[in-house]
Amino acid sequence: MIDTVDNAKATPEHEQPFRELGLKDDEYARIREILGRRPTDAELAMYSVMWSEHCSYKSSKVHWKHWSANTTPEMKAKMLAGIGENAGVVDIGDGWAVTFKLESHNHPSYVEPYQGAATGVGGIVRDIMAMGARPLAVMDPLRFGDPHHPDTKRVLPGIVAGVGGYGNCLGLPNIGGEVVFDSSYQGNPLVNALCVGAMRVEDLHLAHASGTGNKVILFGARTGLDGIGGVSVLASETFSGDEGGTGSTLDPAGRSSARKKLPAVQVGDPFTEKVLIECCLELFAQGIVVGIQDLGGAGLSCATSELASAGDGGMRVELDRVPLRATGMTPAEVLSSESQERMCAVVKPSDVDAFLRVCAKWDVIATEIGEVTDGDRLVITWHGETVVDVPPRTVAHEGPMYERPIERPDYQDSLQANGSDGLARPSTPDELRAEILRMAASPNLASRRWVTEQYDRYVRGGTVLAQPADSGMIRVDEETGRGVALATDCNSRFVKLDPYTGTQLALAEAYRNVAVTGATPLAVTNCLNFGSPEDPGVMWQFEQAVRGLAEGCKELGIPVTGGNVSFYNQTGTTAIHPTPVVGVLGVIDDVRRRIPTGIGAEAGETLLLLGDTRDEFGGSEWAHVAHGHLGGLPPKVDLAREKLLAEVLVAGSRDGMISAAHDLSDGGLAQTLVETCLIGEVGARVFLDPDQDPFVQLFSESAGRVLVAVPRSEELRFTEMCTARGLPTRRTGVVDPDSHSLEIQGVGELPLSELREAWEGTLPALFG
Amino acid sequence: MRIGAVTFPGTLDDSDTLRAIKASGAEAVALWHGDADLRGVDAVILPGGFSYGDYLRAGAIARFAPVMDEIIAAARGGMPVLGICNGFQVLCEAGLLPGALLRNAGLHFVCRDQWLKVENNTTAWTSRYDAGAEIIVPIKNMDGRYAATKSTVDELEGEGRVVFRYTGGNPNGSLGDIAGISDPTGRIVGLMPHPEHAIGALTGPSDDGLGMFLSVLDSVVAA
Repeated sequence: MIDTVDNAKATPEHEQPFRELGLKDDEYARIREILGRRPTDAELAMYSVMWSEHCSYKSSKVHWKHWSANTTPEMKAKMLAGIGENAGVVDIGDGWAVTFKLESHNHPSYVEPYQGAATGVGGIVRDIMAMGARPLAVMDPLRFGDPHHPDTKRVLPGIVAGVGGYGNCLGLPNIGGEVVFDSSYQGNPLVNALCVGAMRVEDLHLAHASGTGNKVILFGARTGLDGIGGVSVLASETFSGDEGGTGSTLDPAGRSSARKKLPAVQVGDPFTEKVLIECCLELFAQGIVVGIQDLGGAGLSCATSELASAGDGGMRVELDRVPLRATGMTPAEVLSSESQERMCAVVKPSDVDAFLRVCAKWDVIATEIGEVTDGDRLVITWHGETVVDVPPRTVAHEGPMYERPIERPDYQDSLQANGSDGLARPSTPDELRAEILRMAASPNLASRRWVTEQYDRYVRGGTVLAQPADSGMIRVDEETGRGVALATDCNSRFVKLDPYTGTQLALAEAYRNVAVTGATPLAVTNCLNFGSPEDPGVMWQFEQAVRGLAEGCKELGIPVTGGNVSFYNQTGTTAIHPTPVVGVLGVIDDVRRRIPTGIGAEAGETLLLLGDTRDEFGGSEWAHVAHGHLGGLPPKVDLAREKLLAEVLVAGSRDGMISAAHDLSDGGLAQTLVETCLIGEVGARVFLDPDQDPFVQLFSESAGRVLVAVPRSEELRFTEMCTARGLPTRRTGVVDPDSHSLEIQGVGELPLSELREAWEGTLPALFG
Repeated sequence: MRIGAVTFPGTLDDSDTLRAIKASGAEAVALWHGDADLRGVDAVILPGGFSYGDYLRAGAIARFAPVMDEIIAAARGGMPVLGICNGFQVLCEAGLLPGALLRNAGLHFVCRDQWLKVENNTTAWTSRYDAGAEIIVPIKNMDGRYAATKSTVDELEGEGRVVFRYTGGNPNGSLGDIAGISDPTGRIVGLMPHPEHAIGALTGPSDDGLGMFLSVLDSVVAA
């Protein structure tokens, strides 16, 4: 029997499995208080998914004050839509608005690597579509456990194939991302997905359900039993591989559980999503969409309650009209199914026929399931009986909010005290030469080609830069050449050592990576991956990271336009290294002046090192590779310097003074030299500073540094500009187009063939 | 001069193909899978992608689209037809070209800049290249391994119908390093690599692909 509102009123004492659904006693009590009665099964399903950590941000919301406190009016002026919408939107000029967002799909990807990663891509793409934009490209910051661990050989190939399988079939170029190994991610890989899209400024669509009498249309795939309970897996404290299919717990009606053993991880169909994209774009172009919302985590529960609460009225939905792909589904199941590739739109009655015609052209199933009402309730019926009658804001926006206890972990002092100074360092030329090769071949520094070759970077014809460039760059306007650059970064070892500084270092690196392509950094998004919010030490890391990012963005003058939080990331009972992945978006007025990564494009280039190199090895890749050491303090961060560096790079690009540039980060100058030579396929001669330890010069990870190649004819003009602006430069070498080796004075000669073998051999040997 | 590019549900490189057609100076005409109408084009290109998701067999369903009947009839009448990637797979499924494309030998999707040798510069789509020219063009696919019976391959090789061959490494295990082939008339050509993504150094590895679009203009004028 279906549990109706009338039935709920009549049976107040009926016991409900709210704890199994992840609700605490006081949360359940609050639902009863809001409704003035017990919730129906369907209402309980809605509240439990929407009040989950993943959907409600109940542990993190209290810290959002740092974003607003650090956003100046000038920063706000760049945003057309910010936090609270499906994705942030910024004005990039020439009448174009760009929207971008990062999201996590960590737990599903551990349980079911291929589908978890695939649907992560699918979900973020629909978020971008829900803003009215055409998706342009995707990126994937990924984190894995020890590369030599047998389970990494299960997880990594599946995740990479899933990212590729979905994105390639969808027709979106994958233009960058990260692949990082650290044993803290062994039982909890991180799959973050970014999508960027563009639209004309006037075409921005926000998810509003306004206008009494307007129709609510569900379109896209049918609704099935897959992914039920998905959000509880996403943000679950009890998640484990064996219990991946926790769909059975989401069964307030007490139905037979055998049928429910479908995976809680959703299954993706990129073909349906591709068709859905084209269908949506045609609907947008015809101007017949009043409001639109994607169906992601929490499915229809989320879409109906968010659409209704963002509008100016209520909403009535006839749930039995939803096209199903399974028989005998209960209203609670229909509401919480996370079947992929679905969207929900609000359409004027006079436009419904035109809307359905466009959907028919693309063979997309579209069904009118309800309408906007003049009340303030979300009412959902099932074959004429009311199964949900709630104030929509209490579901979507007025969930619980917790001020979790915060405490700096006891281990933090000893971790910081355990510096890297005492670690044995290579010093002879032979030792340094061997170290360069060992570092280039180490899993975190080795070429990502084995991964990125599985991603289509060309489709849509707008990709100007892609991996292994520091940023991905996409042309937005074919006439003017205006485009955007995007980078995501996070060195979680730095964050572990000092969450505030480490997060600012992630911001600084992503900002720098955008600037080295010649683009001007404009806006920030993030995906904050942390351990359990119920651990005061984790919440301390989280609070420090949010504050560090917010205050860093204020100093750089670029707004945070949105973000995502993923808690409960832990291997066993140990939290992952705190991993606030920071994405920076930059704008370039003409992509033809982009700065490439590889040297050798012009005859006669000088290599200049911009910035200061200090003896900084805390959390460095060298300490990790050579000694398995993590301790001390991360490198110093100087955001004013980063800003200056970016200004110099953009000015140098505008004036045609820079022919190549590559940032210095993991692995230091040595790794930057190796990559810039191998990507450019030319040799170089490098002169180290006789007054500084060669080891420090080669491997330190001091921030705020970039290696640029300038045509010899521009060298003087460029260095004078740097000097005038107060940016230290050091003439570090020359590009040698006739040479096939990297020759470092005082260290020796490294043939490119030997470097290439070291750099490119590692991932295929591990996973090929 | 009007050159058409067909969009099936799941076609991905249609806009890129139209862009390349324009770059060659011809008029680019979008064709729709559901319309049995070639809109008066002089040549047709079937672009890459995953038509209908390629869930059955790459190209197997697209081959039955209404537009395909028109294309098959026009091709038999001598209209130049080019199949790129998924388009090549569709031409094989439609019986306009022999053989089939199987899952890559490494079982991975492969996206890389690929060197090709132009083995036949007398087809409608390759006349602008020097014989034996080496060009670099992106390749990106999951099912790119060309396979055919020995007698078919012997026939293709014997008649000079292997139009492009992989050089500098075979990315997918194709028989005889075959990257592209033609029908006996040289007017129907299929290849796995993507010439439409090599029309300039800004967004591709080279402009080597443009020669295919220019070649067909010559052949239409000559016809």
